[in-house]
Amino acid sequence: MGWQLVRFWTLLVYTFMFLPVAVVVLLSFNASQFGSFPMTGFSFRWFIELAQNEAILRAFRTSIVLGLMTAVISTTLGVLASLALVRYRVPGANMISTLLIAPILVPEVVLAVALLLFLNFLNVNKSFTLLLAGHVIFTLPFVILVVQARLVGIKRDVEEAAMSLGASPRQTFFQITLPLMMPAVAAGALFAFTISFDDITGTLFWKPGGVETVPTQIFAMLRNSISPEINALGTVMILLTVGLPLLGLAIARRMSTKRGG
Amino acid sequence: MSAVTLTDIVKRFGDFTAVHRMSLEIPEGGFVTLLGPSGCGKTTTLRMVAGLLDPTEGEIAIKGKRVNEVPIHKRNLGIVFQNYALFPHKTVAENVAFGLRYRDVPKSDIARRVQDALELVQLPDVGDRYPKALSGGQQQRIALARAVVIEPDVLLLDEPLSALDANLREDMRVELKRIQDRIGVTTIFVTHDQSEALAMSDEIVVMSNGRVEQVGPPEEVYNTPSSEFVARFLGASNILEASAEGRANGTVTLDVPHFGRIGVPAVRAPQIAGAGPAKLVLRAEKLTLAKPGTAPEDAVTVDGTVETVDYQGQAVRYFLRIGDAQFQAINMIDGHPFHEGDAVSVILRPRDCSALPGGTA
Repeated sequence: MGWQLVRFWTLLVYTFMFLPVAVVVLLSFNASQFGSFPMTGFSFRWFIELAQNEAILRAFRTSIVLGLMTAVISTTLGVLASLALVRYRVPGANMISTLLIAPILVPEVVLAVALLLFLNFLNVNKSFTLLLAGHVIFTLPFVILVVQARLVGIKRDVEEAAMSLGASPRQTFFQITLPLMMPAVAAGALFAFTISFDDITGTLFWKPGGVETVPTQIFAMLRNSISPEINALGTVMILLTVGLPLLGLAIARRMSTKRGG
Repeated sequence: MSAVTLTDIVKRFGDFTAVHRMSLEIPEGGFVTLLGPSGCGKTTTLRMVAGLLDPTEGEIAIKGKRVNEVPIHKRNLGIVFQNYALFPHKTVAENVAFGLRYRDVPKSDIARRVQDALELVQLPDVGDRYPKALSGGQQQRIALARAVVIEPDVLLLDEPLSALDANLREDMRVELKRIQDRIGVTTIFVTHDQSEALAMSDEIVVMSNGRVEQVGPPEEVYNTPSSEFVARFLGASNILEASAEGRANGTVTLDVPHFGRIGVPAVRAPQIAGAGPAKLVLRAEKLTLAKPGTAPEDAVTVDGTVETVDYQGQAVRYFLRIGDAQFQAINMIDGHPFHEGDAVSVILRPRDCSALPGGTA
C-alpha cells in the first residue's frame, strides 16, 4: 500500500517535470497556426518555416560558433590548469583551485553584472569576444572539475615510465597523458558546449547589440507572440542538448570496451 | 669502469635530509640492492640515479659520464615500477615497442626485438592483448620486457615484486635473476625485503635513516653485520651486551652473561681491537635446541625454557627464557618440536657468532 503511493507520487513528479517538454515536442508537429492544443494535424511545417527564418538561422550559427569556441578555449585552459594544479607544485594551488571553481558557486546574475561593470570601468565595449570570454569563465570550472578528477587517477609512474624509455615531457603528454585523460577532456568539452549553447542569463548581459543566440532569440520571440515556430525550435534545442551528451557518453563507452574493459 | 658512480650525493627536502652524504660504485653488470625499511632513502637514491630527482649535492655518473644535468629521457635507463606502470591504452606489443620508437631502430627490427623481449620473459603470445587482460605477475614481466628491450645502460628496479602474491614473488625473483644474468645488464634493485636482497644481489647496500649502514656481498652482510641495525634488519638476531677481553690467535674472546666466555672468530669481529664493552650477535637460526643434558663438543650449552612456539611450516620459531633474558631461536623441524614450558639445552657454536663494539648502539 505504502509503496503504491510512493510509486504513484514518483510518477506524478516525473509527469510534472517532463510533460511540458513532451507537449512542446508534440506541438511542434501541429499543423495549426496557433502554438497550442487542439492538434489539427501532423506536419513538419514549423520546422520548414524555422529553417527559412533568417533571424533564427543566424542565432543558430552564432550559438554554434560561440559554443564551439567556448568548448575549445575552455577545454584547453582547463586541461592546462588541471595539469598545473595536479602535476606541479604551484604556490597557492588551493586558492587558485577555489578561484577557478568559484564561478559555479556565484549566482550567474552576479557574475554577469560583475563582469559587465568591470568592463564598463575599463571602458571596454560589449563585443562577441567579451561574450566568449564570459562563457569561458562560466564553463571553465566544469572542465577543470572533470579533468582534474581524471588526472588524479592517472599514476605519475606511467608518465615516468614513458620518460625513462626516451619520450620527452611533451611526447609523454601527447602519447600517454592526453590519451589517458581523453574521456574526461571530451566530457569537459561537451559540458562546455552544452552549457554555452544553453546559457541565457549571462548572454543577455554580455551580448553586443544585434547579436542573438538561440536562447536570447527564443526569449525575444516570446515577447511578441507565441509562434509554433518556437515549439519547433524547442524540439531542436532538446535534441541538441540532450542528444549530444548521450552521444558522447556512448562513444566514450565504446572506446573503453575496445580496450578490454 | 664502473657503470654507475655516486660521489658525495646528498638529497635534502627543505630541512629534511633524505639521503646523507653517500658514495657508491656499481660495477658493470653488477646486481646491487639498496635494502632498508621505508623512509631510509633507498627509493630517493634510485630516483636520483633515474633523473626523477635532482641531488642537492654531489655527482652522479653513468658509464663515466656526469649525468646530473641530463634529463631522464636522455639517460638510457630501464625502470620497473612497483605498480607495473604499463600504458593501459596500448597493447602489450605497443608497450614493449614504446622505447624503441625513440631510438634509431628500423621498423622491421622493432617487431623482431619486441618478440625477442616477450620470449625472454616467457610470454611470447600476449602481444595483441591489453595490459588489463593480464595477471599481476604477467604485467610485471611485460614491464620488465619493456625496460630491457631498449638495452639500457642501467636497469632500475623499484620494489618490483612487492605488489605480487607471496608464491608468485618467489617465482618472479628467480625469473628476474635469470633474465638479469642472461642479458648481463647492470642493475640497481630497491627493496625492503631482506630475503629478496640476499637471494639476488652481488652486493647489498643496507640503508637506514638516509645513511648507508653497510655495503658488502650478501654473505658478509648477513654473517658479519657492521652495526646493530644491520644485525636486526637482516634476519632475526639476538643481541647481547658483553665485554671483550682481548684479541689473540684469530679469536676475540667475549664474556657474555648466561653463556660465559665465547671465542668469536676475529674476522667476524673486525671492529673490536681490544678489551672493552661489546655486543654479541647471535642469529636465531644458529641457536639450536636439544633435550636437556645434550652437550656436543666445540659448543657452548646453557639451560633454558621454551616460552612461546611459533610454528612456521618447515621451521619453528621459539621464544626462550634463559635466566632473565628472552631469546629467539629458529630451528628446522626434524623429529618432534618442543612445546611451551619444555626445559631445553640451548646450543651455540662460537664460530657462528659475530661481535660488534659496545657502548652506543
